[in-house]
Amino acid sequence: MTTLGSYGLIAVPLVGAAVAAVWPSERSRPWLLPVVGVVHLALALALLGHAPAVAPGAWLGFDALARAVLPAVSMLFLGCAAYAVSYLRIRAERPNRVFVAMLLLVLGLLSAGHQARHLGLLWIATEAVTLACVPLLHFNGTPRAYEATWKYLLVGGTGIALSLLGSFCLGYASLHGGGRGDLTFAALAGQGRELSSPWLLAAWVLILAGYGTKMGLAPMHTWKPDAYGEAPGIVGALLAGGVTTVAFTAILRVRAVMSAAGAGAVADRTLLALGLFSTAVAALFLLGTRDFKRMLAYSSVEHMGILSLGAALGGAGLAAALFHVWSNGWTKAALFLSAGNLRRAAGSASMDHVRGLAAVTPRSAALFVAGMFAVTALPPFAPFFSELQVVQAGLLAGRGAAVGVFLFCLLLAFLGMTRVVFGVVDGRPPPAVRQQAVRFAETAGVLAPPLVLLGLSLGLGLFTPGLLRTAWAAAATQILSLP
Amino acid sequence: MSETVNVLVGVVMGLNLLALASSRLPLLIRTVSWQGVLLGVMPLLLEGAHADWRLVGMAAATVLGKGVLIPALLRRAMRAARIDREVEPLLGYVPSLLLGAAGTVAAVALGRGLPLLPEHARSLLVPGALASVLTGFVLLTGRVKAISQVCGYLILENGIYLFGLLLLGSTPLLVESGILLDVTVSVFVIGIIVDRIQRAFDSMDTRKLTILRE
Repeated sequence: MTTLGSYGLIAVPLVGAAVAAVWPSERSRPWLLPVVGVVHLALALALLGHAPAVAPGAWLGFDALARAVLPAVSMLFLGCAAYAVSYLRIRAERPNRVFVAMLLLVLGLLSAGHQARHLGLLWIATEAVTLACVPLLHFNGTPRAYEATWKYLLVGGTGIALSLLGSFCLGYASLHGGGRGDLTFAALAGQGRELSSPWLLAAWVLILAGYGTKMGLAPMHTWKPDAYGEAPGIVGALLAGGVTTVAFTAILRVRAVMSAAGAGAVADRTLLALGLFSTAVAALFLLGTRDFKRMLAYSSVEHMGILSLGAALGGAGLAAALFHVWSNGWTKAALFLSAGNLRRAAGSASMDHVRGLAAVTPRSAALFVAGMFAVTALPPFAPFFSELQVVQAGLLAGRGAAVGVFLFCLLLAFLGMTRVVFGVVDGRPPPAVRQQAVRFAETAGVLAPPLVLLGLSLGLGLFTPGLLRTAWAAAATQILSLP
Repeated sequence: MSETVNVLVGVVMGLNLLALASSRLPLLIRTVSWQGVLLGVMPLLLEGAHADWRLVGMAAATVLGKGVLIPALLRRAMRAARIDREVEPLLGYVPSLLLGAAGTVAAVALGRGLPLLPEHARSLLVPGALASVLTGFVLLTGRVKAISQVCGYLILENGIYLFGLLLLGSTPLLVESGILLDVTVSVFVIGIIVDRIQRAFDSMDTRKLTILRE
């Protein structure tokens, strides 16, 4: 039954994608998104409630790590799907067949990627997600969107190639250590110290660079500002909360092999360095950017840095990082969706052209400001608690200096983001913005999804369910191969 | 058999240098397609008598994909865009070549430093793979036109394929599916994108892709 459920998480969206591809009506096709989203979330929650047993040698399964992150992605998708129905009605001039089908395909592949317990399967799923996102990125069809897609494909393609090379190195490490070609993570971890350590290190570096590109860790983040800046808000939310998460779990799964092979300390040092570097780079760019959608991309780089930092800080840090996957994913999605509303109403995303959105689109602007405070870790939203736990884990692990740098970067990021957000929300709207905004009314369809996601982030912060706490702790145990 | 493969890997490494030195797109594309054909033949030589239908299928698919189909797509994109044949380097041919040669030497040295199984000890696959990956990176970053960047990406992938040959005996399914998916789909999509970019910009010059520069 549970195996069925875990396959269902993959099959339902894939079937939905096939149906969307042949669905005749442009008007009713987008409704497939929330329908599939609801089924997917119900399945994910059912599996979250009854932790299924996964056979150790299984290639695919809803194991502790999948359980700790996949329901968050599922909820995020449902939020985006609900928004997409209204969004695609507004954008009725563009055909949505490919867009809807690819969104569902991405959900199915993300479910496969999160549940992949086999090195090769994981790579195939991530590669396929990368490709499936391409049509989503150039949905707007503008030259700027094509440009962003080209960069995404070139940088992302190189990243994905490097992670394949890393996977081969890991495979060779296993072969050299007497392995028989079983590349499930359980078998690799089972080999432990038999794995050839030079090959293991090469694999770790390449996989970190490859999946780190997909995640958007600095300095491999260069595709992010363009892609997030030009893609529709839904796609940005899904990339920032779903696609990056699958790359993060990929790194964590290889991290588990590293700790089994006794190289956990090396892995922690590299993750810590990359995490701090990403937060620092993101903070500096946040101080300089003048575009509120690109701002979200740099904020995403910052939060990927926080995930990497948390993953470097032992069991408590890993659990905090998994908590942050939830809190960042939902909060960031609320920001992306409300930013989409603002961008449409203002006709631009640059501080140079946009002012006074609080007067033109008051509700979306309020959501955007609230989301900004939430994502910059203002209590009582969830990111505050997850980041607090990362800080606590850092102090517990004796990484005081790293925590100091981290907090300073958070402060800079806060200054940078408030500067941009209040720059576009405050003041008197220019006439061009007023004229443009009249065409796009703030309907319930585009307000409710970000509001609900933000509410969930608030609820997750105030009343973190014990079930989730145990799920995160169990995943941390799985990764660190603790007894 | 492995001696023959070593000779072929040597030829592949030579083709890397040719790709770095070529100033004309048709020559660059031809170089990449020759590399693809050589790579496709290698698994047959490596497995020799043990070659089954799956291996033959993979070899045929590689030769067809890397050697025929993708180069044809690239030529088509080149004609469709009516771009001139000059490669237009950001990094000059001589510096590229020197980098490539230094990379090849470093790859051989590094390949010696890594522990190999006895049956792979005399193989040039690891140095060949590393040298191709480096060459791919030089072309990706050192060339302006989209088509030369795609060729760079292909050479990078060829390097990864060479490395994958070491694992062919133990995890064939993985190596095959990964490579085939990667090569066919990604280049296909890249080809489409190149087409779109050309329509949007009336040029294949990625230097013009600078509106979004920070």
